[in-house]
Amino acid sequence: MAQIFHRSSNFAARLSIFGGVVIVGLLSFALYEIALSPWYTQQFVKRQQPVPFSHRHHAGELGIDCRYCHTSVEKSSFAGVPPTQTCMTCHSQIWTNAAMLEPVRQSYRDDKSIEWIRVNALPDFVYFDHSIHVAKGVGCTTCHGQIAEMPLTERAGTLYMSWCLECHRQPEKYVRPKSEVFNPYYEPPPGDEQLKLGKELVAEYKIQVPQHPGDMKPLQTCSTCHR
Amino acid sequence: MASEGSHNTVGVTDPDPIIGPGHTFETVTDKISAIVLTRPVTPGWVLGLLISFGALMLLNMVITLLMIKGVGIWGIRIPTAWGFAIVNFVWWIGIGHAGTLISAILLLLHQRWRTSINRFAEAMTLFAVMCAGMFPLLHMGRPWLFFYLMPYPNPMWTWPQFRSPLVWDVFAVSTYLTVSLLFWFVGLIPDLATLRDRAKNKAAKIIYGALAMGWRGSAMHWFRYETASLLLAGLATPLVVSVHTVVSFDFTIGIIPGWHTTIFPPYFVAGAIYSGFAMVLTLAIPIRKFYHLEDLVTIRHLDIMAKVMLGTGLIVAYGYLIEAFLAFYSGDQYEIYMMTNRFKGPYAPLYWMLISCNIIIPQLLWSKKVRRNVGLLFVLSLVVNTGMWLERFVIIVISLSRDFIPSSWGMYYPTRWDWATYIGTFGLFFTLFFLFIRVLPMISIVEVRSLVAETNEEKAHS
Repeated sequence: MAQIFHRSSNFAARLSIFGGVVIVGLLSFALYEIALSPWYTQQFVKRQQPVPFSHRHHAGELGIDCRYCHTSVEKSSFAGVPPTQTCMTCHSQIWTNAAMLEPVRQSYRDDKSIEWIRVNALPDFVYFDHSIHVAKGVGCTTCHGQIAEMPLTERAGTLYMSWCLECHRQPEKYVRPKSEVFNPYYEPPPGDEQLKLGKELVAEYKIQVPQHPGDMKPLQTCSTCHR
Repeated sequence: MASEGSHNTVGVTDPDPIIGPGHTFETVTDKISAIVLTRPVTPGWVLGLLISFGALMLLNMVITLLMIKGVGIWGIRIPTAWGFAIVNFVWWIGIGHAGTLISAILLLLHQRWRTSINRFAEAMTLFAVMCAGMFPLLHMGRPWLFFYLMPYPNPMWTWPQFRSPLVWDVFAVSTYLTVSLLFWFVGLIPDLATLRDRAKNKAAKIIYGALAMGWRGSAMHWFRYETASLLLAGLATPLVVSVHTVVSFDFTIGIIPGWHTTIFPPYFVAGAIYSGFAMVLTLAIPIRKFYHLEDLVTIRHLDIMAKVMLGTGLIVAYGYLIEAFLAFYSGDQYEIYMMTNRFKGPYAPLYWMLISCNIIIPQLLWSKKVRRNVGLLFVLSLVVNTGMWLERFVIIVISLSRDFIPSSWGMYYPTRWDWATYIGTFGLFFTLFFLFIRVLPMISIVEVRSLVAETNEEKAHS
């Protein structure tokens, strides 16, 4: 009687044992990489806007304060997207005929908002408040990255929970003096000095970190953000 | 069992054998493999499969609806957030336990009667665990996020709550499924080789051949096979106890009255084995009749299983007694109310049905005549299955529907989708089972052959 399987099947069978492990390993690795990739998280991906608004030009080169446009950042959960009138405070005087700005003028004439594409949006199951972060010494650039260098705005973080928790677990690594919060060119002091400064600021601003092991960790409690 | 064992040495004609007279290696192999290889497809089998498949499609429909609309299609409403889903989960997973007990513990205890029932009991375990595992996932409401239950490095930087028995449950059930599957498959290998060698059809040869993984029956193969079986039996043995213990812990973490007696783990395990053996009987009795396997699954087998049922049933009865006793002994008004609510509350008929099904009616099994009356035994097995299902309903629903504050009380009524889910899992279970009995040897050829060898040797000695 002829053999059903060729001799090489033995090799294939043995190989499949290692193959299975390797494939599962590679697959997990690939999934993890995909989950962290800009393709999936949109981190560092520049979004096309109805008007190619440049933060580099306005916040960087011209040095306009963040709050000039994002007016509610200190008072509200939402930093605020400026109305067309804010744009027109300057652009009714300068670049009044620039073709690039036509949608802005049209919006002003028609009294219809420009439909900006949202770059940083958290899901609805997360409660996030700009005002508290700004009030406790978290700078704009801590989360929004080098905004003064961005010709078109991009997401600076992954917006994953791990990204939030990096700071919520160790705020002393990120906080800065309140006077520097809106400085887009702020450089934290190097290495241990930031930690030293950070600890002082955490105490000064009464950021709720556990004082003793076993204390509550208000910044990491589920319901702090998932209300 | 010792006195019964002596029967075998009395003479050539054993009055109560665990294998019919006149069997040789050849007849055993022929008989069991013929069901798979040469027996034509019968209308009865097709009808059974069609009905089961219809129920499976019902399950498909419910799950689709559940994905679209959410768990609100079921009758679960606060305060009773655990309805049929958890009742059915505990019920199905309990049923699985008999298969593991038969294949693992009885193997280690050298109980020879297990050989002709262990294969389909193990298959029953596998399929029951699949049905069981589905319920907690569906009950989560967003089943596609089930992987959140697993600890893995993730961009949320969170872990499951390891202090929660619900997480232990994930490990207990998945380990159980893995070990049961491995055990079942390892046991199948020599039989798959037999089927490969006997198959006439080319496709069958290739499929069975691939699954047999090159088994040639050399001494080395047998040596490794025996070692692997023993090791897996050792691994599976603690699982018989641990899985349902963890399931009982799911309740004990709750602050709900009636979920705290320390007897919960052993009484859950006994209940699991009780319902499992009932299910083995429910399956074995029709199978041995339709496939004419009365000389392999003998009356003696049914008798022994009925005895196991009687024994575990008594442990369960003791559990109920202690539960009731502790409620009153505790002096806690909520515990006492929970118990009187079971006796007299809105769900009281179910409680008394449970007591009848699980305690009173099975006392018939004391009689040898009943244990050897196949029809009656079949009915009794169904009664016990029902009783065990009611037990889980009583524990879950009665406690949840009336807890501490009367203003938060509320009744639980299953909707038609609750029933459809439950019936649907029967569809899954029986579809798999019908396929199993046609494509795999439902009785272990190898083990029955070794049983033939042993009994023949004993006869020769006498």
